[in-house]
Amino acid sequence: MSAGQPSTYRPTLTRRVARILALVPRIRVAGLLAAPVGWLVVFYLGSLAVLFAAAFWHYDANITFAITKTFSFENFAALISDPVYRTIAGRTVLIAALVTITDSVLAFPIAFVMGKLAGPKLRSLLGVLVLMPLWTSYLVKILAWRLILSDGGFLNWLLKPLHLSGPGFGEVAVYLVLAYIWLPYMILPLAAGFERVPNSLLEASTDLGARTWQTFRSVVLPLVFPALVAGSIFTFSLTLGDYIAVSQVSSTQFIGSVIYANLGVVGDLPLAAAFATVPVLVMVVYLLLARRAGAFEAL
Amino acid sequence: MQLTRRLRFMLIGSSGCLLVVIYVPILLIVLYAFNPSKSQKWPVTGLTLQWIQAAIGNPGARSALVLSVQVGLIATAIALVLGSLLAAAVHRYRFFGRNVVSFLVILPVALPGIVTGIALNTTFRTLFGGLSLFTLIVGHATFCVVTVYNNVIARMRRTPGSLVEASADLGADPLQTFRFVTLPVIRSALIAGALLAFALSFDEIIVTTFTAGFNETLPIWIFANLSRPNQLPIVNAVALGVIIASAIPVYLAQRVASDAAGYA
Repeated sequence: MSAGQPSTYRPTLTRRVARILALVPRIRVAGLLAAPVGWLVVFYLGSLAVLFAAAFWHYDANITFAITKTFSFENFAALISDPVYRTIAGRTVLIAALVTITDSVLAFPIAFVMGKLAGPKLRSLLGVLVLMPLWTSYLVKILAWRLILSDGGFLNWLLKPLHLSGPGFGEVAVYLVLAYIWLPYMILPLAAGFERVPNSLLEASTDLGARTWQTFRSVVLPLVFPALVAGSIFTFSLTLGDYIAVSQVSSTQFIGSVIYANLGVVGDLPLAAAFATVPVLVMVVYLLLARRAGAFEAL
Repeated sequence: MQLTRRLRFMLIGSSGCLLVVIYVPILLIVLYAFNPSKSQKWPVTGLTLQWIQAAIGNPGARSALVLSVQVGLIATAIALVLGSLLAAAVHRYRFFGRNVVSFLVILPVALPGIVTGIALNTTFRTLFGGLSLFTLIVGHATFCVVTVYNNVIARMRRTPGSLVEASADLGADPLQTFRFVTLPVIRSALIAGALLAFALSFDEIIVTTFTAGFNETLPIWIFANLSRPNQLPIVNAVALGVIIASAIPVYLAQRVASDAAGYA
């Protein structure tokens, strides 16, 4: 279509449809949303709803080993009355919190270097260096830690000259492995958070007489807080539901391992479903608080 | 904020140490893949290609690899369509429930994998008549949508809306605008999102365990063989392959879109 020619407008089918659509923006939005929202609602929210319903079903552990779709609170009652489940839930939340705190502390220096100190070249190099281990297979990382922590493994070899030995397999191993695996999920949002802190604010703070630590505490920290929360969503949630790493480096029970054992080994789906509501509730509260902290914009 | 020389040195030094700690386990696996000894003790006793050859020739690992690639490709294709439609809707329009939609798309990766896993497992078994390749792909596509969505919407936010308006003003119909303006703008974000979605699917084990039925993807094969001491040397060799296979798409995604959003 060169300039100067008369209008080449032809009311093709596309244009006619487009004209109708332009008049009714609702149809355009609905057209865009129908497939993805339909998929997520049917397969995902629908599944969560079924899971929630299953928490009220009945499992006959004595004679038939069958599930009947009734409505009772017996599974929740069993979870509350048996102190074992409380201990397991408490232990899981505790380790998730410990992993999250550890990862945020470990991530701070490198995220600061990535976001504020490094020039563009070093920044993208560090970005790749952090991104690669994030995408390295979860199972491979667990395998590596089994090799490191085992009796004749790397850690004991390293500590031997000091007459020390590693923690071996157990709860400490779970903490170490999960903190290692989820660390990149904390570094990346935090580095992006530091990058978004305007340098002018830091200069202003210095000009107004703030010491380094004061600037960090009263200017930088509040500004990167949403990013910190964004990263913690992953470290916390991924630890909360883990059952594979947990089973590979310890024999301790966590929420994930109980759910897995009840579903897979025992076949008591209703109890597994009821116990699964615990991490869901914890995460929904966590996500709502995170959204209030502005973490979703920092994801 | 003024950093003293010492503080700067400490920050850079501790970052370096952290990177060393992050990479040591990965490098150990690389070494173990060449370890001739069947015992998994450190230090390794030498270097051999024996286990890598055994891994390449292992029929179970091979068919698991093929299945993983198939599932990854189909799930990525579905995620590409759903994720970009969703990104277009959320970016361009203000509608009722917009915040809910942006919450909904994050949920499959923000909730613990085991919850997503048993929710899908329960639904598929009670309503869809059991687990199959279909349910496996549905599960994977569901959590892959978010990576495409994040990459595409990040690109759209950076692109001025005036481009699309200009295209319409110059007489392009919506399909032409999509083909000649929107698509070129978001192309690299789509590629990056697709690569990351594939990498995510290729590596996933938790949701996979609950949706795969009798289908054995590569992570499931690895997991099953972790508990067989005899197989561990081959598992190490397969692990090396997996490290390389996941590094390539991530590296490419990083090259294609410098602003590729990370995991989410």
